[in-house]
Amino acid sequence: MIAPDEPVAASANNVVIRVRGLKVGFGDRLVMDGLDLDVYRGEVLGLVGASGAGKSVFTRSVLGLLPKQAGMIEVYGLDIDRLTMGERRRVERRWGVLFQQGALFSGLTVKQNIQAPMREHLDLSPRLRDELAMLKISLVGLPLDAANKYPAELSGGMIKRAALARALALDPDLLFLDEPTSGLDPIGAGDFDDLIATLQRTLGLTVFMVTHDLDSLYAICDRVAVLGQGRVSAVGPIAELLLSTDPWIHSYFHGKRGAGRETVFRLGAQGEAR
Amino acid sequence: MSIAPAIACDNTPRGARLTLSGGWTIGAGATLERTAQAMLTKIDGARAAFIDLSEIEQMDTAGAWVIDRSRQALESRGVTAEVVGARPEHTILLREAHFRSTETPERVEHPTLTSLLADIGSSVFSAGADLVNGVGFLGRLVSILLTVLVRPRRWRWTSTFYHLESFALRGAPIILLINFLVGAIVAQQGIFQLARFNATPFTVDLIGILVLRELGVLLSSIMIAGRSGSAITAEIGAMKMREEIDALTVMALDPLEVLILPRVWALVLALPLLTFLADIAALAGGGCVAWIYGDIAPAVFIERLQDAIGLNTFAVGLIKAPFMALVIGLIAAVEGFAVAGSAESLGRQVTGSVVKSIFMVIVLDGLFAMFFAAVRY
Ligand SMILES: Nc1ncnc2c1ncn2[C@@H]1O[C@H](COP(=O)(O)OP(=O)(O)OP(=O)(O)O)[C@@H](O)[C@H]1O
Ligand SMILES: [Mg+2]
Repeated sequence: MIAPDEPVAASANNVVIRVRGLKVGFGDRLVMDGLDLDVYRGEVLGLVGASGAGKSVFTRSVLGLLPKQAGMIEVYGLDIDRLTMGERRRVERRWGVLFQQGALFSGLTVKQNIQAPMREHLDLSPRLRDELAMLKISLVGLPLDAANKYPAELSGGMIKRAALARALALDPDLLFLDEPTSGLDPIGAGDFDDLIATLQRTLGLTVFMVTHDLDSLYAICDRVAVLGQGRVSAVGPIAELLLSTDPWIHSYFHGKRGAGRETVFRLGAQGEAR
Repeated sequence: MSIAPAIACDNTPRGARLTLSGGWTIGAGATLERTAQAMLTKIDGARAAFIDLSEIEQMDTAGAWVIDRSRQALESRGVTAEVVGARPEHTILLREAHFRSTETPERVEHPTLTSLLADIGSSVFSAGADLVNGVGFLGRLVSILLTVLVRPRRWRWTSTFYHLESFALRGAPIILLINFLVGAIVAQQGIFQLARFNATPFTVDLIGILVLRELGVLLSSIMIAGRSGSAITAEIGAMKMREEIDALTVMALDPLEVLILPRVWALVLALPLLTFLADIAALAGGGCVAWIYGDIAPAVFIERLQDAIGLNTFAVGLIKAPFMALVIGLIAAVEGFAVAGSAESLGRQVTGSVVKSIFMVIVLDGLFAMFFAAVRY
């Protein structure tokens, strides 16, 4: 495990996800057209792009849920198309996924949802399984009595939190989050960011996060990748993207909603420099 | 993947020093728990313990949890336990994942006998509630039908014909096949059993009356309950789960008018049509077997059939069909609206829909049999 303050280097063995020339489409319409992207170990990478740009499609292809027409995807240096059953199981045990709609198992309570991956992959005593599930529930900021509720009995934001708790059940090294903070109140979203940042610092977690939430981008993303026209049109620390001349990127960060935050961000950076 | 967690203990004058090493991660599974538990026994009666984390290679929230759990267990036994040598990130982890009692009220479980009796009671109650519900639903449907009849522009023709196609046209092949086979089987049994009384020709009467009065409509209804009733329940249930029904309601559209009326109406039209096809197929099946197995030529078969049955025999079967369709449609719709949030409940309601419609179809058929016998039709 790398120490948390070590700068993230782009050397080959530090790349957790490597995508080259990815093409994915539905029918004859290509959603991804020759996409390249690297995600480094221990970083939080934010993926932004217009609605319908293909962020969820990209995430699903990396997870191996969508067939691709061309290209290569490597996770932990293993080509996900050429995994043996055993390797696939090991890779899947090391990643946690938060789907855009939560995707909780509707027939299980929140606690059982969190315990489902533990039951399948690990041999733990029921007591520890219960305790860990409750720990995850309190980590993500759910009230403890939500444990015995079914997904249909939860609010939208609670579903997001419960789904995050399930994604964290096996303490994964790699976390995929599809719009984790949408549907959360600002305080909750801030707590969410703090939790991700803490986990990333303490566990050396790599986080791949699709988001529309500018606050999350400023607060926790080490790098941001911009998806447009089926490829990554820009990638880098947010300070770099702020200087970009690309019209879409410019209006994303400097538009009506982005402008105020950008000033705050710059003032904060100056304060730190001093 | 990683090294197993381990502890070493040496006694110093100031107390026991527990040195933790290896990977304290959830991947270690039962070993993780056992090793953490061993902390309690290893200290061997010392009054103070230092838990040294400096040699831990990896730790995650599960590791932090069990370490802190053991530390608190030590403290509760009057041992002063202190964590030393933790790296900054491990300190944060221990703080975030500190052991705390996590008791939540469990869902209450009743003893078996009580819950058995309660189950019986509640199923009797729900059977009654189903009946009341069904009648109420029928009433609402009729009132909507009346309003739509007054304003025919609100009638959803596209939807009705779409469902008519999927219930009747697409259901026809399987219903033809099944009835052909059942007609053939009845003919074979009739010829075989009646031969003992030298009454083989009466097989034609048997087939004609049995098929037209009972089997045609019954088999079609059962098939439609399984094929289309289940589909209606699943569609309505899935729409309920994804709040599509609520979306209709808030648009001031009545789900009954938009969704149920076209489906029920399509069923009411489809089932008599299918029953007619079923009758023909079963007679054809019976005719084939009578010809091949019973040496009754088709011309003879048809001639005897004309003597054996009247228009009323045919009508009895056909009259029943729309009522069967109504019952199937109502049950399917009521069950669909009863779906709650989970995939499991969808499965339960679809099963319930099919089982209840088949049961009700058979009960209804019995009532009709008594009625027609009473009026000598
Ligand atoms: N199963 C599918 N069949 C056909 N087209 C699809 C399918 N799934 C996604 N698409 C198309 O792919 C494109 C990208 O969709 P995607 O869900 O990835 O968008 P997104 O970037 O995640 O948007 P959002 O920010 O709104 O979630 C869209 O144009 C969508 O219509
Ligand atoms: Mg999406």
